[in-house]
Amino acid sequence: MDSHSQVLERLRTAFRSGITLPLEFRRTQLTKLLALVEDNEEQIVKALHQDLAKPKFESILSEVEIVTNELHHAISNVATWIQPEYVSKNLATKLDDCFVRREPLGVVLIIGPWNYPLQLLILPLVGAIAAGNCAVIKPSEISSATDCLVAELIPKYLSQDCYAVVRGGAEETKALLQNRFDHIFYTGSQAVARSVVQAASVHLTPVTLELGGKCPCLIYGQINIQAVAHRVVWAKYFNAGQSCVAPDYVLCTKATRDALVPALTTVLEEFYGKEPQKSPDLSRIVSARHFTRLMKLLEKTKGKVVIGGQSDEKDKYIAPTVLVDVEEDDALMGEEIFGPILPILTVEELEKSIELVNRKEKPLALYVFSNESSVVKTTMEKTSSGGFCSNDGIIHMALPGLPFGGVGASGWGSYHGRWGFETFSHRRACMLRGWALERLNGLRYPPYSEDKLKWLRWTTSARSNCSLM
Amino acid sequence: MSQEELVVERARRSFQTGRSKPLEFRLQQLRRLQSFLKERQEDIKDALQKDLGKSGCASELYELLVVEAELQLSLTRLAEWAAPRPVEKNLFTLSDEVYVRPEPLGVVLIVGPWNYPWSLTLLPLVGAIAAGNAAIVKPSEISSTSSTVIKQLLPLYLDKDLYQVVEGGVPETQQLLKQRFDHIFYTGSTAVGKLVMEAAAPHLTPVTLELGGKSPCYIDKDCDIRIACRRITWAKLINCGQTCIAPDFILCEPSVQNRVVEEIRRCVKEFYADSPKTSDDYGRIINQRQFKRIVGLMEGCTIAFGGDADESQGYIGPTVLKNVTGDSRVMQEEIFGPLLPIVTVQSVDEAIHFINEREKPLALYVFSHNAKLIEKVLAETSSGALVANDCIVHFLDSALPFGGVGHSGMGRYRGRHTFDQLSNLRSCMIKQLKMEGLNSMRYPPHSTKKLGWARRFLLSQLNVQKLRNMAMLAMLTCLAAFVVQSANQCWHHRRIIYWKLVHEACPAYCLVPKAIILLRIISSKAASFTQTTALSLRDNVFLSRKPAHTSTLLLITQHASLPLVEGLLCSAVPALKLSSRCRSSAAGVQSGPSLYWSKHFIFVLM
Repeated sequence: MDSHSQVLERLRTAFRSGITLPLEFRRTQLTKLLALVEDNEEQIVKALHQDLAKPKFESILSEVEIVTNELHHAISNVATWIQPEYVSKNLATKLDDCFVRREPLGVVLIIGPWNYPLQLLILPLVGAIAAGNCAVIKPSEISSATDCLVAELIPKYLSQDCYAVVRGGAEETKALLQNRFDHIFYTGSQAVARSVVQAASVHLTPVTLELGGKCPCLIYGQINIQAVAHRVVWAKYFNAGQSCVAPDYVLCTKATRDALVPALTTVLEEFYGKEPQKSPDLSRIVSARHFTRLMKLLEKTKGKVVIGGQSDEKDKYIAPTVLVDVEEDDALMGEEIFGPILPILTVEELEKSIELVNRKEKPLALYVFSNESSVVKTTMEKTSSGGFCSNDGIIHMALPGLPFGGVGASGWGSYHGRWGFETFSHRRACMLRGWALERLNGLRYPPYSEDKLKWLRWTTSARSNCSLM
Repeated sequence: MSQEELVVERARRSFQTGRSKPLEFRLQQLRRLQSFLKERQEDIKDALQKDLGKSGCASELYELLVVEAELQLSLTRLAEWAAPRPVEKNLFTLSDEVYVRPEPLGVVLIVGPWNYPWSLTLLPLVGAIAAGNAAIVKPSEISSTSSTVIKQLLPLYLDKDLYQVVEGGVPETQQLLKQRFDHIFYTGSTAVGKLVMEAAAPHLTPVTLELGGKSPCYIDKDCDIRIACRRITWAKLINCGQTCIAPDFILCEPSVQNRVVEEIRRCVKEFYADSPKTSDDYGRIINQRQFKRIVGLMEGCTIAFGGDADESQGYIGPTVLKNVTGDSRVMQEEIFGPLLPIVTVQSVDEAIHFINEREKPLALYVFSHNAKLIEKVLAETSSGALVANDCIVHFLDSALPFGGVGHSGMGRYRGRHTFDQLSNLRSCMIKQLKMEGLNSMRYPPHSTKKLGWARRFLLSQLNVQKLRNMAMLAMLTCLAAFVVQSANQCWHHRRIIYWKLVHEACPAYCLVPKAIILLRIISSKAASFTQTTALSLRDNVFLSRKPAHTSTLLLITQHASLPLVEGLLCSAVPALKLSSRCRSSAAGVQSGPSLYWSKHFIFVLM
């Protein structure tokens, strides 16, 4: 407890001193963070392999590269982001300076998850640094190797007065949340998110929640079955299905399913060979607890396993698995699967499957595969989700221009690129008025009269845009 | 099922029909709300008179005007707000459509306050309707007359299923908060704000909290104290001080304290004649509880003037308290009444320290002639908003986001900000199933070679604008070659070629058109010497002026129609912000009809 408050006091003092405000400081810290990732690529890949048996390719792509890209993006754009934004004025405020200033919030808390232990911890940090905040970083204790590495590297590269790593499990996190922060950025599960909001409400701390959800994958209309199979398999079994935006279940017609299952078999073999357990390109389940959870799901389900189904507890390995004949009320359709298990539900009509999707909580991402743009359009318009991607999976989150975040049960708030900067900034409305024209102000002072009102109505209306001014 | 459950269920059902989504429907509902305000103005004013003793004019000025402006703004800008917003792409997504699409969230709960029972309840409602949501409106039970009128009249104008009004006190609100919403928009006190957020936690409902706080007001000794006090007095006494952004206390140096007191006394007299109690324009305290609280705050303070109160009417006179210290009772909570304490500080640094020691306020006001001092206060403090040399008026500008930070709230609203706040900004990427070959680099089995490609392709940033500029440059070069060639071969043929040059592109391209013009002039033997200089003169000006404008237009014709050239160039001149000397030299050559046509032309092109 004590050490937490000491750390916080140190950060708060640093923030109050205004050291994080200058653009130069933010750029330097971002550059150092970039150096951290670039210098230690080997070690990062090793740690991730230790935690999740992540293949190097996946580690580089989804952890190292995405972070360095975001950093490059932030370093080259932060100067533009922090510029005051001048807003349009009405006649009454024509002579004043009206602008929105992006100001740092203060000391923020970033809690990371274990599935992408580096990416989902550092990307918010980039936003927090760019916005000029001090940050407490809490990596997930489940991905322990990365946790260790982050705790070791961050103080080496970043300013120790402004950024601190706090480690620990559920108890420590609970204690940490008792403290007052200016923003909490949490990535993880819904259950924990509730207690995060509960704790935040005591101090009225704004929260960003990046949660998961069952991301549906609709396959309807004309399709190119080979391309669909490739993209679905890639997105689903990337990191062994332990991605918050991984397609959770497939909805398609019977005919599509019959064509899809053989295609999936071929693609899986093409990707991971005849014995996926030996493939270096397939990750493992993060912990014994999650392994048991997934195995229980496989036991309870009434669906039929058509591909995979093998497992090895010692290795925490579950083969890429596909199930058919899964019903809406199946065990697999309850919670987010978060593992290499893909149930296929057959619904004959697109409308019906949209209804099914809408009966569930709003997902973090929604995928639709079709050559027909009408199918894509209908699905987009009739559903709600944090992100929407047609004819591919996961890839929409690699674009810093798109906000990444959920809606409803899949989270609030968004980040990536400028959106992350905005999340960690306070948009302060500023109006600098002059002293002149006090007589004009007389209109608004009591004693009131109908005449004055008429004039005021005119000057404050949105219509009165005089092009000369 | 409880009453509250039924209400929410009904709203959700009608939202799920998708009725609220079409733009047409939203506009129609907003127009209905507009006619509601127009037709029921008298009812609204009566209700406000009963609740807060607001005069007709004051009600219109502070409650209705701002909602009307907001409605007008939403009606004109909604199509623009609701349109998909394209974002920058990278190499991998070059062929895809990528945009952010604002979508409705679902059912929004709007809990209104009692101090401005109409504007602060209806403003979020305007945003909720504009964003295509269903809404449950819960007006404050403390301003009971207004609450009843909203309950009775609003359903007559708006869709009864989508937009419902729920009346009730604390138990009803608690019941309501147990329901699941897609967003909660609460305006009120910090203490209740915490409860709202706590209630939102089980359902993970996002909240917007518009709370209050003690908004400080710093008066520099180097400023026009007379005008400053006029503006402060006005802002403080609107609605009898019961405004969330009213200046809560004054910070000034001891040397100016007495002047400030005198000026405020004078302004009160000017605004409300000799007795505010009999003035129509002076409001009343909402209820006995608040009355007792405010009167209690005065205890132990030096009253500079005012301090008169009449419990039977809920009247408290405009009161200024002198020499107040930071630890006195009146400085512990938001005053929300017509008491104005003056705290003396030795310098602006002390004032900043005093402000930073307390919770972040919703607004901060600073009065000074010194721009550096204003800049200093701006940089060294934090607050929801900062206004220099005036109070409250930032609320009138709907382009500025309104909202607090820290204990003064979270989330932003007004105008477009409300729309964004109550929308799901969904990120959309529309890809095709084609080009599968390109994808193979990201598929396993992985190899180092694939990794190299993927690094470059999947993620690397791409400046599309730059690419577009490059393509344009190439196109221009081709065109130039073509022009030169055709000019040599058939220069008696009239031909008009135009370029629209985007300003970022200018530095690179300017050389090209210049070269073309010079080439053309050299090749067109018919052109006289003066005309040549006139052309090249403009050319030079054009080159030197590139950063000053956003889009410029250059037109070149073959020699056959020189007056037309002049006309065209001449009408492009204002856009180029050409000096008057050049303009007159160009005007000398132009002819009437060609000018008309050229103007027409340019209008179309730009």
